[in-house]
Amino acid sequence: MTTPTINRPSGGDRASLPLTTPQLPPIAPALSAGLAVGVAVLAGLLLSWSVVGMAVLAWLLAMVFLPTWSLLLEGRRKAVDRLVTALVWSTFALAMLPLLSLIWQVVAKGAPALSVEFFTYSMRNVIGEGGGIYHAIVGTFLITGLATLISVPIGVLAAIYLVEYSSEGKVAKAVTFLVDVMTGIPSIVAGLFAFALFVLIFGPGIRMGFGGSIALSVLMIPIVVRATEEMLKLVPDELREASYALGVPKWRTIVKVVLPTALSGIVTGITLAIARVAGETAPLLIIAGSATSLNWNPFSERMATLPVFIFSSITEQGRYPEAQTERAWGAALVLIIIVMALNLIARLIGRVFAPKTGR
Amino acid sequence: MKSTSIRRALVPGLAVAALVLTGCGAGNEGGTDSGSGDSALSGTLAGGGASSQEAAQGAWIAGFQTANPDVTVTYDPIGSGGGRESFISGDFPFAGSDAYLTDDEGELSNAKDRCGGDVIEIPNYVSPIAVIFNVDGVDSLNLSPATLAGIFAGKITTWDDAAIAEDNPDASLPSARINAVHRSDESGTTENFTDYLDAVAADVWDAGVIELWPTEYGGEGAKGTSGVVAAVTNGTNSIGYADASQAGSLGVAAIGVGEDFVEPTAEAAGKILSVSPAAEVATDSQIVFDLDHTTTEAGTYPIVLTSYLMMCPTYDDQETADLVKGYASYILSDDGQQQGADEAGSAPLPSDLQEQAQGLVDAISAG
Amino acid sequence: MSTTDAPAARPTVDDGFGQVTGRGDSVFRGLATASGYIIMLALAGVAIFLVLEGWPAIQATGEQAYGKDNIVLFVWPLVFGTLLAAVLSLLMAVPLAIGGALVISHYAPRPLAKTLGYLVDLLAAVPSVVYGLWGIGFLAPAILPSYQWLQDKLGWLPFFEGPALSGRTILTASIVLAIMVLPIVTAICREVFAQTPTMHQEAALALGATRWEMIRMTVFPYSRSGVVSAVMLGLGRALGETMAVAMVLSATGIVTFNLISTQNPSTIAANIALNFGNASGLKINVLIFSGLVLFVATFAVNFLGRWIARRGQVKG
Repeated sequence: MTTPTINRPSGGDRASLPLTTPQLPPIAPALSAGLAVGVAVLAGLLLSWSVVGMAVLAWLLAMVFLPTWSLLLEGRRKAVDRLVTALVWSTFALAMLPLLSLIWQVVAKGAPALSVEFFTYSMRNVIGEGGGIYHAIVGTFLITGLATLISVPIGVLAAIYLVEYSSEGKVAKAVTFLVDVMTGIPSIVAGLFAFALFVLIFGPGIRMGFGGSIALSVLMIPIVVRATEEMLKLVPDELREASYALGVPKWRTIVKVVLPTALSGIVTGITLAIARVAGETAPLLIIAGSATSLNWNPFSERMATLPVFIFSSITEQGRYPEAQTERAWGAALVLIIIVMALNLIARLIGRVFAPKTGR
Repeated sequence: MKSTSIRRALVPGLAVAALVLTGCGAGNEGGTDSGSGDSALSGTLAGGGASSQEAAQGAWIAGFQTANPDVTVTYDPIGSGGGRESFISGDFPFAGSDAYLTDDEGELSNAKDRCGGDVIEIPNYVSPIAVIFNVDGVDSLNLSPATLAGIFAGKITTWDDAAIAEDNPDASLPSARINAVHRSDESGTTENFTDYLDAVAADVWDAGVIELWPTEYGGEGAKGTSGVVAAVTNGTNSIGYADASQAGSLGVAAIGVGEDFVEPTAEAAGKILSVSPAAEVATDSQIVFDLDHTTTEAGTYPIVLTSYLMMCPTYDDQETADLVKGYASYILSDDGQQQGADEAGSAPLPSDLQEQAQGLVDAISAG
Repeated sequence: MSTTDAPAARPTVDDGFGQVTGRGDSVFRGLATASGYIIMLALAGVAIFLVLEGWPAIQATGEQAYGKDNIVLFVWPLVFGTLLAAVLSLLMAVPLAIGGALVISHYAPRPLAKTLGYLVDLLAAVPSVVYGLWGIGFLAPAILPSYQWLQDKLGWLPFFEGPALSGRTILTASIVLAIMVLPIVTAICREVFAQTPTMHQEAALALGATRWEMIRMTVFPYSRSGVVSAVMLGLGRALGETMAVAMVLSATGIVTFNLISTQNPSTIAANIALNFGNASGLKINVLIFSGLVLFVATFAVNFLGRWIARRGQVKG
């Protein structure tokens, strides 16, 4: 509150008045990061630290350099903004590290296990090296396939009920809410449910592949309902009204007009749901068990699946831990490829067959 | 049994499915046409029980199925208790159990009812439990019973403890903390290991004979034999107990017996059956022992897991009787005993026991 | 589908409210309604069958209750371990998830954001058993030196007392859990952040706010309830996650806050997975009972999470 006068430049030259606040050059973040890495590596080499130690130091230094520079040149608010930007990007990078590490590990350790024998043999009569996962792949496809057969009709019809028939009644609200809650059921609880159910029907100690399908359905139905519901809601009411106006009964309107319009979205949702449950382990461990021989009959006896195969290979190694571990990584690679392929297919379906709604 | 009848009804379905789908069979599952050899046996035999026997059963099943391609034998490692339960209920024609049948909870009488007479029990799996260790700079280790008990009871906590040094005068023991690894799940291995500790060093080991490790005794818990082996391998200055056949490249401690220290070998383990008294409930058909862990007999390894194979002398149908007979005969044969020793470290039965057991198996019939 | 018969042949007209004539309609409506009820039945069935098979465990004791005097003493340490692992994993995952979600919603350029979002979805698609395999085969051995460092430098804290002799600790399990929870929380946060009205954001920027100030003043207040519900849903997932913990953790089942010791608490789900195969008789009921406890806990957490989300929606 002293002088109201503005500090004019000496020559009184108006053109040299700064119209913008000073700003760091665009390469400032890269510069300070480079500087931080340089200092950290130097310090690390001098003090003979590990790579992890150096990386942590480099990160800390970068977090200090850039905001300090900005503080000196741009002021406090800009400095905070730069610090937060750097922090936010760092968290994302940190979150991605495990994914990179995981993919790298699975590919590097799993690829050597893959061979023709690995895909065409089961573990029957195999001690030590050799053998394959054919029985587990068959089991995974059978159990997941049956789960899909159960879940898709129930899930899609329930979504139709919610969107087309219930007109937002109390029951519908309850179902929508329960479906939401159901998506959070732990997979092992689904397995215990299937087990408890089958024990009451078949007696103690029951194991069968179909039980796994029931457990997976409990996990799958809510996903299918959610996906279908979202898609049905996207179908414009004009389409339905046009159909009604032509005298088409409601059910044929749904089957012939609404469902085809939403089909690609529904199929995408179903595919994602399949991908989600194909990798489930806990329920299958409980109700489907594991086996070394091929079993084509989901209604009798234990059935091997890929996830359980991975689990039991790593936890029951016996005398041949190397062979068991290699098979586990190999199976993990195959499982990841299957799941990722399903995800990719889902996305492709979603993109290629998306309805042209003029959005 | 409801479940059995449903399962039986499904067998034809399975057969049809198998016929339809032989084109999709696994590369190593030959099906019916791949040189059946001279075997007349066919069918499915489903047993199960003690998980300690899993590796050995796997080896025997592989050998038996190779000799009889039309046969499928399964062994579900559902645990000793589950094995006995399913055997008594009739779901399993044969079962493996780390404990022999007794009448403490009426199991023996129930089993006799189920078999309609006697029950056959054979000590088919006798395996040394090795004390495995992974300690920097230590290649061989001797442990007296009291020292071993002290380590696992959490009373000896560093490797350069006087008690360990006394057993190993020549070793350079690090002054590092001992990481004692135990089974976190219930297991016959823990039961036999603590049975030994309880017998030889009850004043140090006061938890008695237990299947589940007491949490107050400390140490790292790991699931299953391979979990313990992995934990010892990956840990530092660690020690654990595990089936000797799975010790891999880990160091194996020699255990004090009398004045000597004995390494766990199948041979040294097998000797314990010769020096142990028959159990109270033993009969001509139930070959069961109460192991004498306190033996001072030279060359006997005292920490041993014995697991029994349970069968009936008579079965309702001919096929099951033939399959059980064939499978048990294979286990008792020289081939089978060798297979068990090679793949699972099971001590071959002493020849007199082998003969006695073979006699029992030969008498298995339908009716 | 049969040939398209002329609808005009039928004089009945749907009034659009479900009051329809004709058999096809009532059958189809019946099927759809039945499916809706099947879902409610299924959820009720899960509860009912778990209660039926878990109930006998009430009288389990000693040997049958895994050496504990009664079922409560058996379940309590597992509940503790479950909560500990879940809370630890959320402590790690939530800041990362919020940061990651901000990157996708506000920081990354549009085309890049799409790819990054896809990467997060990939992280969610990896099966839990593979995370477990990665945890036991790579992370646990790799992280052991850090634990020894923690024990040396921070050993005076009860959390890092050690002994750090094994990588398979509750902290490692929590890290793996955090990685698994991350994509879910990120995905929900991202959607919530993106829903902030553009007008609010542009107004803040127009007033001269920096990007961070804009986010703090418009995005965060707007999405508070959404983030809370995302955290609750992540908690639900972390509580029930089984395989990764079962494979990674070297569990003893004790109650301790020591995070890098060789003795670790166990979780309900992992305990079931590890012991179910070997259980028989009443022990199966005991394990199912613990599953029932888990079911109730996750149900409550999810219920709360969804409820908060709904309430937030109405307000917004």
